[in-house]
Amino acid sequence: MSGADMRNLALAALAFLVAALLPLVDTGYWLSIGVSIAMYTVLATSWTLFSGPTNYISLATAAFFGIGMYVVAAGLDYASFPVLIVLAAVAAAAFAGIIGLATLRISGVYFVIFTLGLAELVRQIVSWAQHVMGSSSGLYVLIGMSDAALYWLLLGLAAIVFLIGWLIGRSRLGFALRIIGNDEVVAVHVGIDTSRAKVVLFVISAMFAGITGALVAPRWSYVEPTLAFSPFLSFQVVIMSLLGGTHRLWGPLLGVVPFTLLWEFISARFPAQTTLLLGVAFLLIVYAIPNGVVGLCETAYRRWRYAK
Amino acid sequence: MDIIVTGLLLGGTYALMAMGLQLQYGVARIMNLANGEVLIAAAFGTFWFFAATRFSPLWALLFVVPLAFVVNGAVYRVLLLPLVRRARNQGQLEVDSILATFGLSFIAVGLLQATVGGEYLSYSYLAEPVVIFGERYGLNRIVAFVGAVVLCAMLYLWLHRTRTGLALRAVAVSPSSASLVSINVARASALAFAMGGAVTAAGGTLLSMFLTFDASLGVIFTLKALVIVIMGGVSDIRGAIVASFILGFAETAVASLVDPGLTLAAAYMLFIIVLLVRPEGLFGRRS
Repeated sequence: MSGADMRNLALAALAFLVAALLPLVDTGYWLSIGVSIAMYTVLATSWTLFSGPTNYISLATAAFFGIGMYVVAAGLDYASFPVLIVLAAVAAAAFAGIIGLATLRISGVYFVIFTLGLAELVRQIVSWAQHVMGSSSGLYVLIGMSDAALYWLLLGLAAIVFLIGWLIGRSRLGFALRIIGNDEVVAVHVGIDTSRAKVVLFVISAMFAGITGALVAPRWSYVEPTLAFSPFLSFQVVIMSLLGGTHRLWGPLLGVVPFTLLWEFISARFPAQTTLLLGVAFLLIVYAIPNGVVGLCETAYRRWRYAK
Repeated sequence: MDIIVTGLLLGGTYALMAMGLQLQYGVARIMNLANGEVLIAAAFGTFWFFAATRFSPLWALLFVVPLAFVVNGAVYRVLLLPLVRRARNQGQLEVDSILATFGLSFIAVGLLQATVGGEYLSYSYLAEPVVIFGERYGLNRIVAFVGAVVLCAMLYLWLHRTRTGLALRAVAVSPSSASLVSINVARASALAFAMGGAVTAAGGTLLSMFLTFDASLGVIFTLKALVIVIMGGVSDIRGAIVASFILGFAETAVASLVDPGLTLAAAYMLFIIVLLVRPEGLFGRRS
């Protein structure tokens, strides 16, 4: 580990410590924004772990998130909350593994298409299963958890995601993924087991979405298929990651913070037009800043260096 | 028997919708995730037309289809062509066009919700029973099926009997070779994209005759069309037709034997089977 690595690690740790102080300052509005930001940071960063280097766009975050949420909601009578979080991670990872094995062995757009309707598919199956078993479609998750506790849990999870992302970036696996993203044919020819690398990363990324869903479940307190598997979530995660920039580990964070604040404002002002405005924001990002905020910063930095 | 006939009738309209997507993906190389929204918009258009004039919804084709042609052509020109120019390779274009059309689909859903609200709509046209093999079917389904067959046949003849159709098929096979024999690839792509939207819209008009729909339903139809195109093979129109009927049968079977809420599961099941067994599609060639 070089000196620069040590310095970056120390800086990151310091940033997390500062972020962890938020509940001591405010426990109302800003803490709830903080919870949203922490949640989307986990989701967007773990999304980028897989989709960033490989360019395989996953539109299925909501499916894994919802699975995690449902594991908690349905299992609360039988197991304790920490056990359920582990189960949620396992369930989301197993589901992602099956999907990955079916779709990621072949390159191309199959994966994207498959993930497009995945949340809706799981929603249909869950609704159907509930119908067959005769339970009502809504489930209550009544665990007392303060916003501050949830915030710290999500922040801790975010730290784990960043750490794992950093480790992957330094590993052979991360190197392999970058080659796959640049040219998959080359990757195969230099002897990379491309499907294994892709599936492993997809599983890791889905696992974090599952854990997030499980953690957030008590805050929602009422879980229902249409809410838990809302396609909006997948969309927001993609949009935030792209806004921030997907070729740096900390890129999504730069998208999550402004977008969450902006979205808070928009959904309060124009509650009826959220879908439309989300689409417009998305197009603006795809066309105007294809490399995200990070890309803009890096170009500006390079120009500044060049000018000197 | 019931399942076979209903599946057949459903498959006809699916074929139309899938052929639209196939033109867009096969020729213009744009994976259009907003395809289902075109279908739903056409269904809404037909609903208004029928509510306002009480003429047969088939007449709505006369304005829905040209309108979809113009709108899709404009979308291609304004939004997608810059992506085609910007893309360094096919993979880049695929990612960009998926993201752009995904954003477009949300805009379309938002616009539809803003104009009609979120409720489910349907209208009653030719809702009288017809007896086939001892079972009763809605006349509107049969009319829609016949309409779909006629339109499919017209599209097929257009693609296989005219010079323009030949040019489109050439671009589908290889854009670079097509430009060598002086086919204007950019124009052919734009035409294919606009035409694809028009065909999908025709499918939406026919579908609206017997289906209840709402603004958020588009993504499901996009997915079905995508599954059909992949199952049939990207470059062959016959594949799409056969695959449409397979999906029609599978969905009807699941809906009547298991649960009507699980039709998407049927589509996914077929998708997985195709991916595991024959990823190049029924009529596709192994590369």
